[in-house]
Amino acid sequence: MNAHSTRTRLQPLIVGAGPAGIRAAQALVAGGLRPLVVDEAPACGGQIYRQRLVPDQRSARDLYGSEAGKAEALHRDFAGLAGKLDYWPQALLWNLRDGRADIMVSGESRQVAYDGLVLATGATDRVLPIPGWTLPGVFTLGGAQIALKSQGCAIGSRIVFLGSGPLLYLVAWQYLKAGADVAAVLDTAPFAAKLSLLRGLPLFPGIVLRGLRMSAELKLGGVALHDGVADVRIEGTDRVEAIAWRRGGREHRFACDGIGYGLALRSETQAADLAGCRFAFDPRDRAFLPERDAAGRTSVPGIYLAGDGAGIAGADAAERSGERAALALLQDRGLPHDAGRAAALERELARIGRFRAVIEAAFPFPAHWMGGLADGTTLCRCEEVDAGAVRDAIARFGVHELNRLKAASRVGMGRCQGRVCGAAAAELLAHETGRGIEAVGRLRAQAPVKPVPLTLALAARPEAAE
Amino acid sequence: MPLLRRLVRADHPAIPFTLDGIACEGRAGDTVLTAILTRAERLRLSEFSASPRAGFCQMAACQDCWVVLESGERLRACSTALSPGMRILTRRAGAA
Repeated sequence: MNAHSTRTRLQPLIVGAGPAGIRAAQALVAGGLRPLVVDEAPACGGQIYRQRLVPDQRSARDLYGSEAGKAEALHRDFAGLAGKLDYWPQALLWNLRDGRADIMVSGESRQVAYDGLVLATGATDRVLPIPGWTLPGVFTLGGAQIALKSQGCAIGSRIVFLGSGPLLYLVAWQYLKAGADVAAVLDTAPFAAKLSLLRGLPLFPGIVLRGLRMSAELKLGGVALHDGVADVRIEGTDRVEAIAWRRGGREHRFACDGIGYGLALRSETQAADLAGCRFAFDPRDRAFLPERDAAGRTSVPGIYLAGDGAGIAGADAAERSGERAALALLQDRGLPHDAGRAAALERELARIGRFRAVIEAAFPFPAHWMGGLADGTTLCRCEEVDAGAVRDAIARFGVHELNRLKAASRVGMGRCQGRVCGAAAAELLAHETGRGIEAVGRLRAQAPVKPVPLTLALAARPEAAE
Repeated sequence: MPLLRRLVRADHPAIPFTLDGIACEGRAGDTVLTAILTRAERLRLSEFSASPRAGFCQMAACQDCWVVLESGERLRACSTALSPGMRILTRRAGAA
């Protein structure tokens, strides 16, 4: 660490300009540093507070509902930091090695050395394969929300929302308010699980009541609400035509031409993996996550985690964990930082964490689906590997570990690198081998974390020599 | 019938492009994905089974929405803004 403190200090790097990245940037600037913020999107906000490419007739209230104030504050605060930080939008961090980041921006790759790295990489929808899920017209819940919010489009003319988690009801409600025809909300969680939301009332009454109000408004709006949905099949030849499911032994079917589907969220952890952070299994998220302390420090000195990329906690937690991680970075660099503020943020994060446990109990992840998954159902969308082929590979090669399964079956080897099928592959492997999900391991991240042109990789050069 | 239904921006400035050789118009503010799927039912055919695909996550994570231009260039449709004169193909299997 001595050599560290005597050399000319470099800029801190923040990856992601969602709620966590924005608050981290703001706190670093307030602490006297000039961070570089890189983000894949053309404008700040992340997925939840994503901005349109061009304005349209909708207000912030139309786009972000009850969270409009938070969205506008984040966008405004980040704009206010202009000149005090460096910001590269539409920039993809595709590798981290030897203390440097490889970043693709404007068609070229730049290599950036940094001193202090805040990873605020966010999350994507968590899904499990179901028959018909590759058909055109099936989008993730997050995808359905982006189509509406960012592009002003509905994903169909008669839409069904399927899955579990708060986003299920939120997106359905947003579609209803936007004037789309929402046929049904199919919740995979049993009704009894919802009772646990009562435990959330004393923690965050406003959020629980808002959820109940959305359900009531969906019902009033003519949307069929079903819970305990199982054995879901999506039907259609060249596109979605219907959805079928069972509940309590009875078969149900709805004609529809668009489906939004998701089972809560999963963290984007590839960058932390490439940075060498130590991972541990998190039973609540049923996933391996990079280890961090209450401040966001990872096992690697100078690398910090914030937001949903470090474990699913939502946008309000992301703002706080972004600021908290930045305060830790300032402290670790020997700069003045507000210890009282840091402690307050940690208390708020702990409170949100308790609420998150309630949400998880109310919307349990249907891991048991994988046991009954039909052999012919596509598991890996990229490589088109079906469940039967995965079961074959597990049996033929005696596979116990996820990276072995990838080598033997090509699951997770495609362009998405297992973002979409990784959870399902782990659950299926655990089921087939009779092991716990924590015993089958995790897919190792590989650079580039997303496809980049080969010519780009060859052009990579250090941007700043030390 | 197209996959996506436009609720706003219907009167924004037109952006011309071609889809499998046919002249089309998107709207200012469209991604390539939106421009295609407000006219068509798919973005591409999958490499191995030639089954139709139309994207999934719309947030540049799932890599399901790569389309090919007549020039051979490949684009991720959900994260690329439509620009005038794009000549997009959806018919070819292995578009990604």
